[in-house]
Amino acid sequence: MILHPSHFTAAMIFSFFASLVFGITQKNTQREMVRYGVYCFAMFLLGTFVAGWAMALLRHWATS
Amino acid sequence: MANANTEALDSSSGALSGLAVFAPVIGWLIPGAGHLIQKKWLRGALLMISVLSMFILGIMMEGKVYSMNFGDVLDVLGFIGDLGSGILYFAARTLHWGRGAINIATADYGTKFIIVAGLLNVISAVDAYHIAIGKKS
Repeated sequence: MILHPSHFTAAMIFSFFASLVFGITQKNTQREMVRYGVYCFAMFLLGTFVAGWAMALLRHWATS
Repeated sequence: MANANTEALDSSSGALSGLAVFAPVIGWLIPGAGHLIQKKWLRGALLMISVLSMFILGIMMEGKVYSMNFGDVLDVLGFIGDLGSGILYFAARTLHWGRGAINIATADYGTKFIIVAGLLNVISAVDAYHIAIGKKS
């Protein structure tokens, strides 16, 4: 079975699993784990949008 | 008094040393198993699902599984990252999975998924070690 997700879908899948592992391994209590996992996912999501917009603006600036 | 403390420390570290060695090794070989053998069922299951999913998704995206090499630095680092997946890496090599389709953009994501699955598994194995030595509950 072959899978070809979009850039965004691949980034979200990556963010989800990486955040899950970061949350479990980097904190001690269950509450802290959940909070840190959600925080990491939010940062991944924010980073994806910031990088996406930065590249789009760069492309727009370079081609205009 | 000092001798008694030293002996207690020695005996306790001796008792821990078996699990402290076994947990990270089994955790590296089988993702999440380092936590499962210490009865951290939920954490172990979630780590296993995460690493396994990332590795399988990487293969499904036609990512590349690096073989042992001494050439380009990035290839060597890719191999080290892949090796972190433990038994999944050896299975992929044996079954000739992950040949890498260089003409497809998503195959490059797949390659990164496979490498990161290995690196996340190493973090999990280190966490299993910390639990085994009592540094983490």
